[in-house]
Amino acid sequence: MTNIASTTAASSAAGTPPLSAKVVEPTIFDLSSPGRIGVTMPASDVPETDSPPQHFLRLELPLPEVAEVDVVRHYMHLSKFNYSVDSGYYPLGSCTMKYNPKINEDTCRLPGFLFTHPLQPIETVQGNLALMYQLQEWLKEIAGFAGVTLQPAAGAHGEFTGVLMMRAYHKSRGDTQRTRMLIPDAAHGTNPASVGMMGMTVVTIPSDERGNVDLNALEAACDDTVVGMMLTNPNTLGLFDEHIERVIELVHGCGGLMYGDGANLNALLGIVRPGDLGFDLMHFNLHKTFSVPHGGGGPGVGPVGVAAHLVDFLPEPLVGILEEGEDGWSPVYGFVKPAKSIGRMKAFNGHFGGGFVRSFTYIAMHGPDGLKDIAQYAVLNANYLLAKLRDTYHVPFDRICMHEFVAEGQFEGSDVRALDIAKRLMDYNFHPPTNYFPLIVHEALMIEPTETENKDTLDAFADALIKIAEEAKSQPDLLHNAPSTTLFGRMDEVKAARELVLCCWLPEGYDLNA
Amino acid sequence: MTYIPISPHERDDMLKTIGVKSLDDLFDAIPAKYRFPKLDLPRALTEMEAYAELSELAQANENVRGDLISFLGAGMYNHYIPSVIDHILRRGEFYTAYTPYQPEISQGTLQAIFEYQSLMSALTGMDVSNASHYDGATATAEAVSLAYAQFRGKRKKVIVSPTLHPQYRAVIRTYTQGMEITVEGDDQSLVSNLQSSNLQFSTDSLQSLISEDTCLLILQYPDFFGRVYDYTKLIEASHAKGALVCVVANPTALAMFKTPGEMGADIVVGDGQPLGIPMWYGGPSVGFFTTRKNYVHKMAGRLVGETVDNRGQRAYVLTLTAREQHIKRERATSNICTNQGLLALATAIYLSVLGKSGLKQVANLCYQKAHYAARELSKVKGYKVSSETFFHEFVLECPAPVAEINAHLLDEGILGGYDLSQDYPALKNQMLVAVTEMNSREDIDVFVKILSEVNHD
Repeated sequence: MTNIASTTAASSAAGTPPLSAKVVEPTIFDLSSPGRIGVTMPASDVPETDSPPQHFLRLELPLPEVAEVDVVRHYMHLSKFNYSVDSGYYPLGSCTMKYNPKINEDTCRLPGFLFTHPLQPIETVQGNLALMYQLQEWLKEIAGFAGVTLQPAAGAHGEFTGVLMMRAYHKSRGDTQRTRMLIPDAAHGTNPASVGMMGMTVVTIPSDERGNVDLNALEAACDDTVVGMMLTNPNTLGLFDEHIERVIELVHGCGGLMYGDGANLNALLGIVRPGDLGFDLMHFNLHKTFSVPHGGGGPGVGPVGVAAHLVDFLPEPLVGILEEGEDGWSPVYGFVKPAKSIGRMKAFNGHFGGGFVRSFTYIAMHGPDGLKDIAQYAVLNANYLLAKLRDTYHVPFDRICMHEFVAEGQFEGSDVRALDIAKRLMDYNFHPPTNYFPLIVHEALMIEPTETENKDTLDAFADALIKIAEEAKSQPDLLHNAPSTTLFGRMDEVKAARELVLCCWLPEGYDLNA
Repeated sequence: MTYIPISPHERDDMLKTIGVKSLDDLFDAIPAKYRFPKLDLPRALTEMEAYAELSELAQANENVRGDLISFLGAGMYNHYIPSVIDHILRRGEFYTAYTPYQPEISQGTLQAIFEYQSLMSALTGMDVSNASHYDGATATAEAVSLAYAQFRGKRKKVIVSPTLHPQYRAVIRTYTQGMEITVEGDDQSLVSNLQSSNLQFSTDSLQSLISEDTCLLILQYPDFFGRVYDYTKLIEASHAKGALVCVVANPTALAMFKTPGEMGADIVVGDGQPLGIPMWYGGPSVGFFTTRKNYVHKMAGRLVGETVDNRGQRAYVLTLTAREQHIKRERATSNICTNQGLLALATAIYLSVLGKSGLKQVANLCYQKAHYAARELSKVKGYKVSSETFFHEFVLECPAPVAEINAHLLDEGILGGYDLSQDYPALKNQMLVAVTEMNSREDIDVFVKILSEVNHD
């Protein structure tokens, strides 16, 4: 292997950035210097064993050689290149970028949680199992379901789990002709992708002029080939479907199952339980609703709740009570396998430490009234922003919204686009909203304030967006060239995709143009 | 306790701006009969009470850093985690950021992932790594999707080594339920063969299964029983039939042993937990996924590439996004959206701070201590250890059922090895023992001593 930094001629020929490209922070490989040591391990305290036979051995280990201080400063520099919830307002629609309480960071690192092995005998991990059991129970209660699996690793993984269960349910009833999944045009891309992984067909259902599922189109699509419907409610426009009961009635009427994408559950805590509305199953996003931090892209946590008729199909293992406690003693918790389980979704017990412990802490600290406050204030903040912005930005589906709303980032007679507005917001020190989603709104700006922002922040954000709308008319180049105050400017994304430099290292003889 | 920073007075102002009288008025779209359910949950705790309650739960466990000496591995390992890792992970700039969709203000995450990709490629000997998957098992299942897509669904058979981790095999079967794929290689007859042939891993039996219909062969390295094989010939044989090969590797072992890349593997995946991530009762960890550049367009998951910004600065972006679900929707090969960002960061820091010499030291300590333990155990009457090359895990044949032995060990504060009969019914009395740098000679000697007592019971 060859270090790019040491073979300048080869690297520029291979299409890596021109050497004139300024390097804001070297890579950890650039920082490497032979002989530097970060961490030293203790000497062996056992009599020596011969090395394995030579032909089994690795000759070269091309890892960096850096000291601990090099590592700390490197990552400290990198951290400063990031915008985060801890540093400012992050109204990224559909992602629920709420403030994550610091206590979670301490509870999830308690040694009893950090240093337990997933295959330990259950009698040595009753604390973990009690926590998982309780969290299952709480999620059931919050969303109105009869069973919950904590296993799925993320929202998309939960969807996949749900679709597998829907398939298994129909199959168990001999209903094998069901291969079509109904998905509204406003859905997240993971919905159709989850269905695609199963070899099912996606039937797209349009939205009506108020942002609800188009009932006529739905009715026409419902027949005995329908697996079910995957619905995000409130949907990605931030709107609660005004005919939700009728939608569910139609899907159930043709024998289909109703799947809820719980991405927007933050708006429903203590407000309505999807299970009560008739949803048969739904995934939770603990990393959105229940304050597991997003971690720069993960880990997520995507438990799935199901109604009674689907409990037998849940993935294994679930946590159950093996023996009831008597005379004030705790019960004995352990793993149980549902009768017709679809199987295992990942190795071991789910995202326990980083996920379950944080969400458990969060729910325990909110209680029933606190959870309802979350939803109410998330909805209050969204409607407040909507009220302040609707005269400046066109909102195509304008009615009382839930936790988020979608505006159009375009103005008549201007070539400014949503992307320009998003980038310009960075100059005002805000993270932009989600843009270009949902696909049914042109130049979409999807704004989700969350409940953890105060009125001053919302006012400042609204003022910035109103000012940007003026700039779009008076000085559009300010927007086209934005951001200008950030450490980095717009990226050459075409170059990245064309040259595909995906690591600091190139194996010997590697020809990128081959 | 609340984290809502809005006063009642401000709330009333906001309601006025919206034009409604109360918070409840915002929810008219919700069917009245289901609106505002009374949730049956415990009352809210303050931070002080919550910390106490969580501490109590944590203390109800016996952990392997204070309560128990562990010889349990089987896919998750007790390694030392340098302090520096968690100090960096606790930077709010890293852990409270979202996916880096806005590269101008996400270069910290993007460069960290780019370096993670580089480090994993360097470790596995492969060309490219993605930004990570949920865990080793799901990364392996995604390798199946890659191979299936590579042959456009025309090759429908996946061959799985019977010595691939049982839970990984289970996940592959779950994932492929809806695909027209058959999974072969780990059926009962082959699994039983392991016993009749004294756990001998027969490459011939797998090789004979490979046909023109095979899209992927999956091997583990070291295998589930801890043994190291040179798979070069088997991989060649698989390639001769046109099939791809995925090797599930233990990343610590790769500091010592020849890389699967050198053996010709097309895809190398595994769980990054041994690289600086606590066991955390099973997760979250990180699934690494590396492959040859030819397959990069079929690879699922996020990918970070190098570029420049409009000021001529070297920078990084998510690239080849057209492969992913948010663009391709139902035509995507995978629905994966998140990666394990924060854990990938932990892994990158671990590999950086241990570096070339530190990781070799860890691997060597694991190897030395595991071999010392095996040697000492093989001297005890009634116990047998196979003589095959292994890394830090080995199969110990015991004089009694493993469950009984482990119960006795637990009484003495020792977490025994994995009971193989749980997954391989023919492998009665066989314990999978894991030894890492965390086990002192004294720990090992106590372990041996207690096991020798079991024999005399």
